[in-house]
Amino acid sequence: MDKFIQLTLNGLTEGSTYALIALGYSLVYGILKLLNFAHGDVFMVGSFIGFGALHALGGSADPVVPVWLLLVLITLAGMAGCAALGVAIERFAYRPLRDAPRIAPLISALGVSFFLTYSMQLMFGAQQRDYGTFALSNGSLYLKGFNIGDVRVPILRIITISSAFALMVVLWFLVNKTRTGKAMRATSFDREAAAMMGIDIDRVIAFTFVLGSALAGAAGVLFALRVPTTATIGFLAGLKGFTAAVIGGIGSVPGAMAGGLILGFAEAYAQGYWDTRWSDLAVFSLLVVFMLVRPQGLFGRADIRKV
Amino acid sequence: MADDPRPGAEGPGGSGPAIGKDEWVARSGERRLHREGVLGTIEERVRTLPWWAWLTAIAAGFAVLPVADSSGYVRRVAFDTLLYMLLALGLNIVVGWGGLLDLGYVAFYGVGAYTYAILGSDKFGIHIPTIALIPLVVVIGAIAGFLVGLPSRRLVGDYLAIVTLFFLQIFLTLSINGDDLFGLGNITGGANGILRVDPLSFFGHSLPVQHEGIFAVSYLYVVLGIFVVVYVALRLVNESRTGRAWRSLREDPLAAEVMGMPVNWLKLMSFSFGAAVAALTGTFFAALNASVFPLTFSFPLLITVYTMVILGGSGNQFGVAIGAILVSVVLELLRDPGNARVLFYVGVVLGLLAALRISRRLGIVLAATVALGFAVHAVARAIDSSWVAGQTADGRVVPGWASHWVIVPSHLADWISPVSYVGLVASVLALTLVRGWWRLVCVPPVLYLAAFVWENVMLAKPEPTRYIVLGVLLISLMIVRPNGLFGEKRVEII
Repeated sequence: MDKFIQLTLNGLTEGSTYALIALGYSLVYGILKLLNFAHGDVFMVGSFIGFGALHALGGSADPVVPVWLLLVLITLAGMAGCAALGVAIERFAYRPLRDAPRIAPLISALGVSFFLTYSMQLMFGAQQRDYGTFALSNGSLYLKGFNIGDVRVPILRIITISSAFALMVVLWFLVNKTRTGKAMRATSFDREAAAMMGIDIDRVIAFTFVLGSALAGAAGVLFALRVPTTATIGFLAGLKGFTAAVIGGIGSVPGAMAGGLILGFAEAYAQGYWDTRWSDLAVFSLLVVFMLVRPQGLFGRADIRKV
Repeated sequence: MADDPRPGAEGPGGSGPAIGKDEWVARSGERRLHREGVLGTIEERVRTLPWWAWLTAIAAGFAVLPVADSSGYVRRVAFDTLLYMLLALGLNIVVGWGGLLDLGYVAFYGVGAYTYAILGSDKFGIHIPTIALIPLVVVIGAIAGFLVGLPSRRLVGDYLAIVTLFFLQIFLTLSINGDDLFGLGNITGGANGILRVDPLSFFGHSLPVQHEGIFAVSYLYVVLGIFVVVYVALRLVNESRTGRAWRSLREDPLAAEVMGMPVNWLKLMSFSFGAAVAALTGTFFAALNASVFPLTFSFPLLITVYTMVILGGSGNQFGVAIGAILVSVVLELLRDPGNARVLFYVGVVLGLLAALRISRRLGIVLAATVALGFAVHAVARAIDSSWVAGQTADGRVVPGWASHWVIVPSHLADWISPVSYVGLVASVLALTLVRGWWRLVCVPPVLYLAAFVWENVMLAKPEPTRYIVLGVLLISLMIVRPNGLFGEKRVEII
């Protein structure tokens, strides 16, 4: 039972990260019908920006601000940096191809992903970057917390999970309750009609990239608080985020959350009850099965093609 | 009959087009813009050369190479280039003709290499002779392509791309963890790969990889022969009924389906053909290197082959072969800092030439860049001579005049390389936004910054630099010239 609780906790933590990444895929796909391959690399860049911000603020052993403020600041830095990056990617790599055949922006996205990965490797090398979270306030982020049965729930995990869910609530609010959100939904429904109604499409698309990339940046920082980051984590994280988006139903915000959690749990249980080496296999097979049985995902609507 | 008013009634001897040919189509050549004089004649002749002349030219070039230059290095590069060309031909079937974005392509290359290694090495003590093993590998590759295509055939576009990418990941996971495959025992050797793979052997006579200490030329000729055979075979396939059906599938899958084409079957065929070519290439890779490792067949290789196909012009066999040669040679040059430096300056000048043509503006930009460099260098030297006293990455002092032009500090502070690199990327992007004379004014400083970054940051790390070049190439190709060097322009009808 303890093992089950521990695995569930792991799944929840990982799943919340995947859900944040999946939201970015989902938002962009919903509006541009473009699979943004570079999204996983935006996540990776976010983790590096967080690392830079952490060191600018004195490093984990001797921060110049209180710990809670430090965490907030590095997350905000990651989000802001990634938002700018996302807008730049959209402006320079996707916007010129908006009316090209659908295969063109996809290949461009592959190029962007590759460019980002190896640019980071060029600038910062291939070695791991460890936030040194344990050194923050003498390990209290790991040691404090509460118990469920015999399983320790450290405060770091609580922070990760709760901030991921807080961000998702904020996103849900932005998409469903604000004017810009309405414009986004309208654009996603029918871009040309939205343009005719006076919606500034370019601005809406740029805003979508801001939202998605900021979430990826937050996910990157939250992830790198627990796991050392390298320039190559983006590829796999992107794949898993995309899987989560597809499972939940691409284009749907609650779907991306559900998909992320399902993926996190599947991975955690596969690691715990089967074999850590094959957990990726389980995840990818899950995607292939979903693609075949229910391509529109859990929350998505089936796409009806008009000729 | 004589007064038949239909055009073309005069028959083949007359001045009108032949029966069944539209006059407008027949006269299309006359409406095309021609260049005058000798150049125009040459251009026209080159354009009308038959496909086999081009193929012969490529093959002759490769055949002469080991004679002209006997170094093992050149042979080895030529061999690798031929493998890339084969891979590009195979990918061209799926992407260029079938129009399917297959991101699992290199997995089939891996399947071929692993199959060859497992059935022809000491691993299990199986040594099937090459002459039987190669067809077997091709068949296995085709079956693997068919199996991957089976669940993917109903997906389109991005979904197909991602599912095939997952198949690549599954292949990688299986081969990396294949030293304990679900209790079946050690199949693929895991991360350690399979070693001591048999070399190619024909009728009991095995081809040594090394001959008198240098790379044996026989491998080069075997693969060249295979390349020519595959090229011709695929050419015939493309001109067959199946090839025409593929192109209709690429142009509009829905229309093809409505016209009664067996769309699913065509997709599977295209997957199978591509996979078979990739698997065939894998055998030579394994035989030459005498070993296979899982990480050879991962994402960077996939992007490399894609860049080749896109650069050459997907859909055009000759184009993708040329694309493969160009990318392979550029990647090889980037390995060595000395060559990479030359490549950079040549690339910059060619790029300017393409953008500005031969004009006064080109002269102004080049002169301004050179002058700016000398000025900045002189100022930097006046402030602190250690700023210009450095050695570049390869340990040699920057050659000749360049040492008075580009700043190479003796010690590069940690922050300089990220800041200058990000600055370069940002300023190049900004350059695409400004127009007219402002752009010309901005070009020289950006070029100088680029030279600084190239000399100080990128030459020191060839590995990321090679891949950055590929990524930039892919993005800018898609934006500037999506049909590549030799591809046909395609219009999407919405």
